[in-house]
Amino acid sequence: MTGVLRRTGIALALPVVLVAVWWFASAGSTDFYFPPLRTIVEVFPETWFGPRLVDDVLPSLGRLAVGYLAALVLGVGLGMLIGSNRALRALVEPLLEFLRAVPPPVLVPILVLIAGIGNTMKVLVIISGCLWPVLLNTVEGVRAVDEVLADTCRTYRIRGRLRWWHLVLRSASPQIVTGARQALSVGIILMVISEMFAASSGLGYTVIQFKDGFQIPQMWSGVILLGLLGVLLSVLFRLAEHRVLGWYHGSRAVAKER
Amino acid sequence: MRKGAVLGVIGLLGFAVLLEVAPRIGLVPQRYAPPTSRILTTLAEQLGEPRFWLAVVDTIRTWLLGLAIAVALGVVLGVLIGTVPVLRAATASTIEFLRPIPSVALIPLVVVLWGSTITSTLALVVYASFWQVIVQVLYGVADIDPVAQDTARSYRLGRWHRVRYLVWPTALPYIATGVRLAATVALILTITGELVIGSPGLGQEIATARASGAVAAMYALIVVTGLFGVAANVLTRAAERRALHWHPSMRSEAVVA
Repeated sequence: MTGVLRRTGIALALPVVLVAVWWFASAGSTDFYFPPLRTIVEVFPETWFGPRLVDDVLPSLGRLAVGYLAALVLGVGLGMLIGSNRALRALVEPLLEFLRAVPPPVLVPILVLIAGIGNTMKVLVIISGCLWPVLLNTVEGVRAVDEVLADTCRTYRIRGRLRWWHLVLRSASPQIVTGARQALSVGIILMVISEMFAASSGLGYTVIQFKDGFQIPQMWSGVILLGLLGVLLSVLFRLAEHRVLGWYHGSRAVAKER
Repeated sequence: MRKGAVLGVIGLLGFAVLLEVAPRIGLVPQRYAPPTSRILTTLAEQLGEPRFWLAVVDTIRTWLLGLAIAVALGVVLGVLIGTVPVLRAATASTIEFLRPIPSVALIPLVVVLWGSTITSTLALVVYASFWQVIVQVLYGVADIDPVAQDTARSYRLGRWHRVRYLVWPTALPYIATGVRLAATVALILTITGELVIGSPGLGQEIATARASGAVAAMYALIVVTGLFGVAANVLTRAAERRALHWHPSMRSEAVVA
């Protein structure tokens, strides 16, 4: 019990110290760009929990969710197709290497041109960035299907949907989860960028508005909100991963002990 | 292998032809998607412009400088934190918390601090790529073989020697992975910073091309950023192979290939 207490103590010590240092060091700050942390915390609720929650924050998160999930479905589907077909893989591999290497934010101007500055553009931006990590990791995962398991499936004549579901998707899932994790951080970045570049609402847009209007404490509160969202989403992802990949981590732990 | 390469070239050419034909037969409007030939001729024109090369130099400078600072900071702090258990325990939660903070959240902050300058973009690049490096270094330092560690202790190796002969070779493959990941992230953030903040470089050129309606030039510049990304992947992988030619993972790879 004391061990747990000690560990939580150590884990909390540095963050508490850092926040305290920020709080007291900025307490009497008159620097326009570094307002006291107290002021930032005070403006936080009125800035974000009013109508902005419904008008800006939730729509941003909604677009992120739609784009991210669409990229997951598309990436896993195409990845399973490409990964299990050797000729197709050889055909598209260099092309995918190139498309993946294009930094996703540069696609924002193109998609603005094609789809305007509405929801469609933002969702497309998120899909176009999140797709590649999922797709390429799925291809790798499908390629690395265990030979013995594949032969076993063949021997038992497990084919079609059963094979896809129980052999291919299952074996590839650790890789797919890795891709999905990378895609999530890309997705958050693109959610913000698409709104900073061209938009009339949303989290990224609002933070830039605060900056342009020199509402510095509000701007800081927006930066903190974006940071907290990033942390929250990564915690949620880890919980989901724990559920989906529990069997995998368990078998890995057993294999390590041996 | 050779057959695969041929298929790959066919795939690339096929994609180029598709992008050439689709706008020509009116499948997509030409003003949104200029045909490949127009993108390529615009790209050739760009190659003759000093303005383009200045932007390329700016982008490469920000990219490499940011990457170098991030790698140096990440390796030094990572080895320090990783080899001192108290530091490791004390910083673990903070690192886990700071890492997922999206770097673009800092854009408004760096803009009010430094304006539309290279410093602003550089700060974003360093912040984003630093985490890629330090996390890998921490994994690497934690991966030290207990037998080797006990051996080092039996021979009473000093702190510096332990870092040089025990920690460094163990962590090097992880550092290489960290650098490879960081190179990609640094490129993305360099271009993003230039695009959104407006610091000089290829990203700013893309924003300018968009503002002036030069659609083909915009596509040409985007192709260039893609080539940069490919170069980053290829170069870091080659450097990794060179630096780690002695490592078992590379040896087995060589045998398979």
